[in-house]
Amino acid sequence: MSVSPPTLSPAPSIAMSTGEPEANHLSRRRLPRAILRNPTALAGLLILLTFVALAVFAGVLYPQDPLDMVGAPLLWPGQDPEFLLGTDSMGRDVAAGLAHGARASLLVGAISAVIGLFIGTLVGAIGGYFGGVVDDLLVRLTEFFQTIPTMLLAIVIVAIAEPSIGMISLAIGVGSWPTIARLTRAQFRSLREADFVMAARSLGYGDARIIFREILPNALAPIIVTASVMVASAVLTESALSFLGMGDPNVVSWGNMIANGRELLRTAWYLTALPGGAISLAVLSLNLVGDGLNDVLNPRQRGE
Amino acid sequence: MSERLHRVGRCLRRVVFQAVPTILGMVILNFLFLQLVPGDAADVLAGESGSATAETMAQLRGRFGLDQSVAGQLLAYLDNLAHFSLGYSPRYNAPVLDLILARLPGTLILMFGALGTAFIVGLIIGAIMSAWAGKWADRVLSVVALLLYSTPGFWIGLMAIVLFSVHLGWLPAGSDATIGAHLHGLDFLFDRLRHLILPTIALASFFVAIYARLTRAAMLEVNRQDFVRTAMAKGLHPWRVQISHILRNALIPITTVAGIHLGNLLGGAVVVETVFGWPGMGRLALEAVMARDFHVLLGVLLLASFVVIIANALIDLLHAWLDPRIEVR
Repeated sequence: MSVSPPTLSPAPSIAMSTGEPEANHLSRRRLPRAILRNPTALAGLLILLTFVALAVFAGVLYPQDPLDMVGAPLLWPGQDPEFLLGTDSMGRDVAAGLAHGARASLLVGAISAVIGLFIGTLVGAIGGYFGGVVDDLLVRLTEFFQTIPTMLLAIVIVAIAEPSIGMISLAIGVGSWPTIARLTRAQFRSLREADFVMAARSLGYGDARIIFREILPNALAPIIVTASVMVASAVLTESALSFLGMGDPNVVSWGNMIANGRELLRTAWYLTALPGGAISLAVLSLNLVGDGLNDVLNPRQRGE
Repeated sequence: MSERLHRVGRCLRRVVFQAVPTILGMVILNFLFLQLVPGDAADVLAGESGSATAETMAQLRGRFGLDQSVAGQLLAYLDNLAHFSLGYSPRYNAPVLDLILARLPGTLILMFGALGTAFIVGLIIGAIMSAWAGKWADRVLSVVALLLYSTPGFWIGLMAIVLFSVHLGWLPAGSDATIGAHLHGLDFLFDRLRHLILPTIALASFFVAIYARLTRAAMLEVNRQDFVRTAMAKGLHPWRVQISHILRNALIPITTVAGIHLGNLLGGAVVVETVFGWPGMGRLALEAVMARDFHVLLGVLLLASFVVIIANALIDLLHAWLDPRIEVR
């Protein structure tokens, strides 16, 4: 943790200050084509888009409330063609639950990543740009939040407030910003001495403009890559929270489907297996997209 | 030798300087945070007993100091801490420290079992991937690692119960020892180990993937460096180069990340302990939230940050040993 290697930082900073702005524009134009050429990233993107479509059209595909009883209880998948993935102990359609659960999971993942990105980028940018006492204080704050386990923090926050999608996202976002803050700070520290920043300063631009319009766009590549991984781990954390019974009780989520299925683990294990498989596949697709983005945006860090 | 001792001393000093304010800040923040939670321990106790008059409630609050102002409660708590006491739990009717110490071994066994397993398996998989980088072994293992990285550990645990406990009947599905069997000596140890296997797999799966990916990246990175070429040119056996030159240097980023993930490991332990009915700190924390028993929760959070800070200090020392050029701050 404390081995921020000071000996290494000049080298990337030189490389970035000269090459990065140009490389960034190039990669922005190349991005779609590069993703399409990478088969695993493409597979990830397709799976992810399927899940997004499922989440968006859940209400059209399964207009009935997924918490309503619709058929005989405990039908195994394939037993009744009307319920392709079977029904649970209350006669609820598992397929409808999975579709509506995609909504909760992806929504929490996206919102919490946005919250984490916002706090982390702000803290990291201010600390890295200004340095000095402000930086020391913000680093201390970041380390402070990093010592609290994200999961415990989320449990405490959800216990404080009523469990709702927004609150769960906030709880996960508040726990996950330190990673982004550290990354952004490192980027800003290496970029703030770059020539284009000097040029912006000599033109008389204010600090806010330099931070958000000059440095941030050039520091964005690794932040975007980390954001996709953040969405993935937020989906995992959300599933664990709702598995523990700390999710929104009025919304179907994959985690609470597993928790309900767990009671029948011995006889009807498909009730646990299916939502878990959905989580795994959704998170896998996000990670594949993240790896693909990493290959395109951070060519120097391939394989990391 | 004295240089080394000096280093250890400097590291310890830094830990104290950093840990004390961090932990104090944490205690105060958590304390104020928990005051925002609607309801207190008296409410839950009254709710569970089914009936309570206003007088009983007031008496309960008076006994546990819940009727004092927030500042008064905070001061009382800090005073307790200064006397190495974590307060008293209304819920369990026992000192918090005793409760936590009773659950700590369970969690530590699970955490270090999982961390050790993840570390060893991850290093082996990562080393295989980097040795055959780009070949089929690398590709297959990469997919496996990515799958483990994307799958919730508690679900792997549940599926392992279905396979190994329900269908095959090889391993127990829960708890940390066979209930009612008074075993001794090796039988006792064997029984405990059998109960430990499935929870360890569930908790370790995610971290195996992290360490494998990191090891692969770090070893490929070190591979390209000059001293590796020199070692090969000297005629050292390839295995020796792999282990004492490449792996040793690759361990630095891996252990750094291991330190960062220690907190996550503790969070994962909460869920895995719930799945397997494992008597540990994570479940204690969860029960404390449900019972609004904040002294217990504060104690667990405090201890969690302690563990993370100490582990990171140890990792700093380990880095200084792995690479003498690294200055201990």
